[in-house]
Amino acid sequence: MQKQKMASIARKIRHNIVEMIYEAQSGHPGGSLSAVEILTYLYFSEMNIASNDAKNEDRDRFILSKGHAAPVLYSVLAEKDFFSKNELKTLRKINSKLQGHPDMKKVPGIEASTGSLGQGLSISSGIALAGKLDNKNYNVYVLLGDGETQEGMVWEAAMFASHNKLDNLTAILDHNGLQIDGKNEEVVNIEPIDKKWEAFGWHVIKINGHDYDEIEKAFNERKLVKNKPVIIIADTIKGKGVSYMENQAGWHGKAPSDEEKNIAIKEIGGEL
Amino acid sequence: MTEKKATREAYGEALKELAVINKDVVVLDADLSKSTKTAEFKSVCPERFINVGIAEQNLIGVAAGLSLTGKIPFASSFAMFASGRAFEIIRNTVAYPKLNVKIAATHAGLTVGEDGASHQALEDISLMRSIPNMVVINPADAVEAKKAILKIAEYNGPVYIRLGRAKVPVIYDEDYNFEIGKGVELCGGNDASIIATGIMVEKALKARDMLESQGIKARVINIHTIKPIDEEIIIKAAKETKAIVTAEEHNIIGGLGSAVAEVISENCPVPLKRIGVKDTFGESGKPDELLIKYNLTENDIINAVKAIKLK
Repeated sequence: MQKQKMASIARKIRHNIVEMIYEAQSGHPGGSLSAVEILTYLYFSEMNIASNDAKNEDRDRFILSKGHAAPVLYSVLAEKDFFSKNELKTLRKINSKLQGHPDMKKVPGIEASTGSLGQGLSISSGIALAGKLDNKNYNVYVLLGDGETQEGMVWEAAMFASHNKLDNLTAILDHNGLQIDGKNEEVVNIEPIDKKWEAFGWHVIKINGHDYDEIEKAFNERKLVKNKPVIIIADTIKGKGVSYMENQAGWHGKAPSDEEKNIAIKEIGGEL
Repeated sequence: MTEKKATREAYGEALKELAVINKDVVVLDADLSKSTKTAEFKSVCPERFINVGIAEQNLIGVAAGLSLTGKIPFASSFAMFASGRAFEIIRNTVAYPKLNVKIAATHAGLTVGEDGASHQALEDISLMRSIPNMVVINPADAVEAKKAILKIAEYNGPVYIRLGRAKVPVIYDEDYNFEIGKGVELCGGNDASIIATGIMVEKALKARDMLESQGIKARVINIHTIKPIDEEIIIKAAKETKAIVTAEEHNIIGGLGSAVAEVISENCPVPLKRIGVKDTFGESGKPDELLIKYNLTENDIINAVKAIKLK
């Protein structure tokens, strides 16, 4: 897909993220907004997946390990017609499909229930391993938060995936540098994060996670890597697209007020 | 003399059969394959055996991923680590979306023996049965264990099955029919009921024989499935025998005794005594020595039945 088209979709997705969280008056805007370009690229330019054939055995899979960024995934799935956009405003409300964190039993297109950090890479490794066992050609993509890599289980899976040469597995690290209590480096430093993944046997690609040219290059490079899993470390801005949210840890899990929402929508400039 | 066999050995045998009859079955272990007996599966089907190393959280997470593609993963470790270390992954990633993952946990209970308290899971039934969607099975002997393993491979959903390290007497014939969720009345009697699970079933049968010689006819019920529990057989026992003793190789908090108490207190309250580990940790020792020290013998059951009858 053309980058201009993707940028236009990304605006809609940002708009929806803000509207959903505003309607719910709770949720996680910062880490949803930082992942918009990554998810837009995956769903509109990279992955072999279609809402009218959502259970095809050969489909690519995406797992949102940082499950609190559910609003970005819900917005993308609605944009891909997995369910009606009208449902987006039911986020986090009673009887809604759209739980605070993704529930695979409720929402079409959600491949695994997540929300408790650190588990998505293991799930993804299992799916990737099954692909190898069955000689399938599908790819598995998983989005991790940078703070999430403080979970020990991530490194159990990292070791496992490289040991098993899962080159059909691609992790993307949403490297926005912030977590609930502040900067990663102040809470518990995760750097040098690229060296850590390299040491665990992964092929590491570093990009600007908001630049479609760099995202495209990374996913093309990924395809050339054999016998190793790949991690794309995407430098991003938490709260990207809304000036007062950008790089503010305080906007990790907070809903905008009336006025804040209006400013955000104006800045994003997307139409529904 | 009665044949003795560990339930984990039956697990290994069942896996070997599953390797042939069900191509969707995959087996995962966390560096304990010789102890858990998953090595038996590996010996006949190495391509569908996955060792995750000493990483129980990843063990369950990878099993979840495999199940999402239609595989039937059996994930094994010691009960301590499978139910304890990986609890939250089981809860959120397996049970919440009701994934088809079988957790076959060996070396449960005091009869781990010499390894001591750090390896003696006495809380696993309690932990696992408190999770929605979970089926929790605790076989009494090797025959029941093997049949249960083959049966849960056909059931679609998460299962925790508790297996032991020590050789224990075989009480069932090969023609025994195992049904998930269905308690088994092993012998009749209306003076009291002994409701037991796991290795305590055999001790309940011994206790029953000794009680009979003293003029007390006790009913013996094997509850191999702690969840969903067979309420019917328990309520019937409460109504007809008016006294219940439960017996389990597990903490008396949260296990079979608690589950039976929940059923009878809401349906047909009768006097109840619980045989089990009394909210304490275990220690090193031979399995039989530990069972005596922690009051898990046929004599303890007999005394409990008598005490409850004297009430």
